[in-house]
Amino acid sequence: MVLDSAAIDRALTRIAHEILERTHGADGAVILGIPTRGALLATRVAEKISVFEGIEVPVGTLDVTMYRDDLRLKPVRALGRTQIPAVGIDGRLVILVDDVLFSGRTIRAALDALGDLGRPDTVQLAVLVDRGHRQLPIRADYVGKNLPTAQREVVEVHLEQSDGREAVLLGSKE
Amino acid sequence: MNRHLLSTADLSFDDATLILDTAQELAVLADRPIKKLPALRGLTIVNLFYEDSTRTRISFETAAKRLSADVINFSAKGSSVSKGESLKDTALTLEAIGADAVVVRHWASGGAHRLANAGWIKSAVVNAGDGTHEHPTQALLDAFTLRRRLGGLRDRRVAIVGDVLHSRVARSNVHLLTTLGAQVTLVAPPTLLPFGVEGWPCESSYDLDAVLPKSDAVMMLRVQRERMNQAFFPSEREYSRRYGLSAIRMNTLPEHAVVMHPGPMNRGLEISAEVADSARSTIVEQVANGVAVRMAVLYLLLGGNESAIGGKSSDNSGSDNGSNDEVKA
Repeated sequence: MVLDSAAIDRALTRIAHEILERTHGADGAVILGIPTRGALLATRVAEKISVFEGIEVPVGTLDVTMYRDDLRLKPVRALGRTQIPAVGIDGRLVILVDDVLFSGRTIRAALDALGDLGRPDTVQLAVLVDRGHRQLPIRADYVGKNLPTAQREVVEVHLEQSDGREAVLLGSKE
Repeated sequence: MNRHLLSTADLSFDDATLILDTAQELAVLADRPIKKLPALRGLTIVNLFYEDSTRTRISFETAAKRLSADVINFSAKGSSVSKGESLKDTALTLEAIGADAVVVRHWASGGAHRLANAGWIKSAVVNAGDGTHEHPTQALLDAFTLRRRLGGLRDRRVAIVGDVLHSRVARSNVHLLTTLGAQVTLVAPPTLLPFGVEGWPCESSYDLDAVLPKSDAVMMLRVQRERMNQAFFPSEREYSRRYGLSAIRMNTLPEHAVVMHPGPMNRGLEISAEVADSARSTIVEQVANGVAVRMAVLYLLLGGNESAIGGKSSDNSGSDNGSNDEVKA
């Protein structure tokens, strides 16, 4: 186990504080989580910002399935939900939230998806775990935990709503 | 795993639910400034229409284009078909062009099945209506519309009224709605109920007025004059009196019930103008939902290296095939 329930919560607390600090009070921000676990984390970060500063940051979800570059190399995948807050993303500061940053391909797909939805002023990225091994020139602005890993290792994020418990686990294939 | 959608009888509960759920996620696209997703970029989809169609063809074309596929429209009129080219030769041409999917409407029951299974082409086949047999995407969009309006389909009672004999929409809906847990009642004069209907997984009745008060939805079918080669009812006036949905009849439906029609409508015959334009009518909504449902079908068939639907074999048509015209290669 890399992170337990309390550690995950502390990491999200720090991310929420960093967002407030770096964006001068999250003014004009929109938080978009990438389904499934990124969407859950996005909601938690927004809740924390609301508790700390009393600001309601619009939260939504951004499904990137159809923008993946390996779409037709694998069996058809079910779609996640894309729900853009009513305020839209044009001219806004969009903060993407995902659970694990690995190759960077999911984020590349997310940037393409954003391009079809509007024109944000700035896009930033928050992740719970950065495990390295980037294959694209992408980096995160807010990182819960930097986790050095080997390629063949597997990082699993479990959250209460999706998996019934809170943990970040590091294991090996097989 | 095949990549075809030929009949709703091939769809399991999970398949059908996956299609409807996917359509629900895709329906939001209609409200966006850029109505496009990249999932089928580079794929070629042919709309092969041997029968006239307005909404089905433009609906499939819109769906394919919103998924970034290239679309070729082919209608029998104005093509080599009018010079006598067979379905096989047309199919071989499409194969040579490199079609990834063929959306086919054919006047013969079994047309899509023949195209999919004859070994002429490797592409996916989507049945957009074959004779009086099936029209699966219409049933899927009907189910989608019902699910949205009624909140679910389990134990809902749906009346399908009118020219059931010639209706591929009715046939596809009976299978699909039953699979999704609804109870279907067919209502028609005895001459317009198909032979062997007692073997279908539904009820049937000759009395519309008795069925309406206990229906959650009523689906009016078009009287298909072009397929009628004999007298099925004494006069249009009499048909309309007994089986047409008038405003007075509509008021006997429960408060929440909806009125559907697959289009095109014969206003004044099976449905009165007042009913067609009423707040209970889902007719325009059905067309809008058609695009999302067809996007879902195309995505689930073609979006990956193997299809997500239709795991079951599709070689079971004919068992409930009410028509006797066979397709000739």
